[in-house]
Amino acid sequence: MTTLQAVFDKARAEDRAALVGYLPAGFPTKDGAIAAATAMVEAGCDVIEIGLPYSDPLMDGPTIQDAVHRSLTNGTRIADVLRTVEGVAKSGAATLVMTYWNPIGRYGAERFARDLASAGGVGTITPDLTPEEAEPWLAASKGAGIDTVFLVAPSSPEERIGKVVACCTGFVYAASLMGVTGARETVNAAAEGLVKRTKSLTSLPVCVGLGVGNGDQAAEIAAYADGVIVGSAFIRRLLDAPDEKSGIAAVRDLASDLARGVRR
Amino acid sequence: MTPKEGTLITPADLAGSGAQRNDPDIYGKFGRFGGRYVPEALIPALDEVAAEYEKAKNDLGFVREFEHLLRTYAGRPTTLTEVPRFAEHAGGARILLKREDLTHTGAHKINNVLGQALLTKRLGKRRVIAETGAGQHGVATATAAALMGLECVIYMGAVDCERQALNVARMKLLGATVVPVTNGSQTLKDAINEAFRDWVANVDHTHYLFGTVAGPHPFPEIVRDFARIIGVEARRQVLELTGRMPDAVCAAVGGGSNAMGIFHAFVDDANVRLYGYEAGGRGADTGEHALTLTQGSEGVLHGARTFVLQDEEGQTLESHSISAGLDYPGVGPEHAWLKDIGRATYEGVTDKEAMEAFALLARTEGIIPAIESSHALAGALRLGRELGPDAVILVNLSGRGDKDMGTAMKYFNL
Repeated sequence: MTTLQAVFDKARAEDRAALVGYLPAGFPTKDGAIAAATAMVEAGCDVIEIGLPYSDPLMDGPTIQDAVHRSLTNGTRIADVLRTVEGVAKSGAATLVMTYWNPIGRYGAERFARDLASAGGVGTITPDLTPEEAEPWLAASKGAGIDTVFLVAPSSPEERIGKVVACCTGFVYAASLMGVTGARETVNAAAEGLVKRTKSLTSLPVCVGLGVGNGDQAAEIAAYADGVIVGSAFIRRLLDAPDEKSGIAAVRDLASDLARGVRR
Repeated sequence: MTPKEGTLITPADLAGSGAQRNDPDIYGKFGRFGGRYVPEALIPALDEVAAEYEKAKNDLGFVREFEHLLRTYAGRPTTLTEVPRFAEHAGGARILLKREDLTHTGAHKINNVLGQALLTKRLGKRRVIAETGAGQHGVATATAAALMGLECVIYMGAVDCERQALNVARMKLLGATVVPVTNGSQTLKDAINEAFRDWVANVDHTHYLFGTVAGPHPFPEIVRDFARIIGVEARRQVLELTGRMPDAVCAAVGGGSNAMGIFHAFVDDANVRLYGYEAGGRGADTGEHALTLTQGSEGVLHGARTFVLQDEEGQTLESHSISAGLDYPGVGPEHAWLKDIGRATYEGVTDKEAMEAFALLARTEGIIPAIESSHALAGALRLGRELGPDAVILVNLSGRGDKDMGTAMKYFNL
C-alpha cells in the first residue's frame, strides 16, 4: 500500500508535482472503472480518488453528475466502491475515496473507515463535511489509520483555512474556483493565491483541483502547488468514447499528457 | 422573557405568552439536527447571511420596513375563519382556519420572501435565485424581486414545471427566468441541488432566497422567523374569538415552513398540541409517499442533519405526492427536533384523504384550498373526531387552490 506521505515525498524528490486522478466507482461499468483507473496509474497518476456515487451531488457539474447517475443506474453499492478501491490500490497508487458525507454517516463512520482501510484505501476527501461537523469522522479515521482530506476555497478567509487544515492529514485540497466540478478553458487565477495562503498555515502538501483538463494547465499549477487534481476531463473521455476499450485508451493518453505536464 | 422591541421574534403581539425563541446554537443546531454540511466555498456566504440577519432583526428600521410590507403589500394580518359546516365532518369540533390563502400571491410563502428580499438589499446583492416545487415559492420570489428591482432566476424540476404550468407563466410574467431542472427525479430536491450549484458560482452578487425551513444554517432560523408572524397573529385571533387557546394546531409539512410559521408562537404553550401532516401519497406501505418524519431516518440532505427518505446506504429516495409542494424527501431540522423531543406529532395523509378534504372545504365553505393545505385539513378532520365536539382546532390554510385546478380536474373528472 502506497501512502500519501510516500507519494508526496517521491514527487518532491523528483522536483515535480503529484498527479491525482478522479473517477467514480461503477463508471463506465464496475470493472471498467478499475481498468480505467489502473490505466491512469500506469500512465502516471500518483494518487487515485474513487468517487462514491451519491444521489445528490450538489457540488458537481454536469459531467460528474452524468457519470454518477450512470453508476447508480448500474447498481453501484458501497461494497462495489470498496472493491474498486481494492482493485486500484493493487496498481500501486495511493487510493482515496471521495464522498459526500451522508453515505458514510449512514454506513457508520467507524465501519466505513475500517472497511476502507481493509480494502487498501489510504483516506477520504469529504467535500461537504465542514470542520464543525467533522469530529466523528476524524476520530474514526484516526482509529483506522487513514488520512482525512478537506477542501479550502478561494472565498475562504484565513481563519477558515486554519480550521480546515487542522482537520487535514495527507494533503489539503484547494478548489481553484468558486463553482462546481468540470474542466474549464483556463485555470482560475485565484488558485495560486489560495495555495499561497494555505501554505502559510500548514506544512501539508496542497493540491489544486476543479477545472483542470490538460497538460498545459497541469504544468501551470505544478509551478506553485504540490499536486494537480483532474476528474471531469477523464470522465469526459469515457463519456465521449464509442466503447469502453477506446475510452480507456483515451483516458491513458490524457493521463500521459498530464503526467508530462506536472514534470515540466 | 420580556419581549424586546425591534426584534422580529417578540413584537407586542407576543406579550404575555412567555414564548421563547428556541433558536439554534452557534453551529445552527436544534438539538442534534441542523448544522452545515456544505462545500467550504459556501461557508463565508452563509456566515455573511447569518451576520447580516443578526443585525437586521435587531434593527428597528428593518423590522418596521418588513412589517410595513407585510401590511401594505402582502395583506396582513390575514383573517381567521371559523368553518362550522366543514367541522360537522370533524366530530363537531370547532375548526378555525388561518387564511394565508388570502395573502398577495396566494400562499404563506410571501412572508419569507419579502423578509429575505429586504435582506438581499442589505447584503448589497442584486440577484436572487430560488428553488420551487409547487411554484408558490418561485412566484413569491419573482414577485418580491419585481417589487425590489432584483434579477431573479428560479430553478424548478421539469416534472413540476409541467404539473404547475400556470405558476411557470406567472413567474415569467413577473420577469423571472425559469430554469427547468432535468436531472435526478426532476422535482424539488433536484431544483435545490441546481440552485446550490448556481449559488457557489455566483455568490459574490447573488443571494439564495431559500424557500423553506430546511438547508444549512442560518436558513432554517431565518425562514422560520420571517414566517412566524402566521402563528403570532393566529394565537391572538384564536384568543379573541374563543377566549382560550386552541387544543391543537394543524399544518401540512413538506419542507415545513408554513408549519414552523404557525407552530413557533405555540411551542411554549404546553397544552396546545402541534400536529404536522406529511404527504402519505399513495399510502405508507406503497413506497410512493413523502413521509420523511414518519417513515424516514436520520441523515444529511441539502446541508442539514435531519430526517431523510433514504436507502440503507444513504442514497436519497424519490418521494411522491399529488401535491408538488410536499413532494420532498427531506424536512426542516427544527421539525426533526420537535419530533425528537416529543413536542410535535407528525402523521401522514394520503393523496386520497387530501383530495377529499380539498373538495369538502370547497363544497361546505366556498373556499378552494391548495392541495398542500388540504393535507392539514384532512388531518384536522381526523383529529376532530378524536378530540370530540369541545375541541378547538386551528388549521393553517397555507395557500389557495387556483394553481391546483389542473390536478383537480383530472382527479375529479371535472
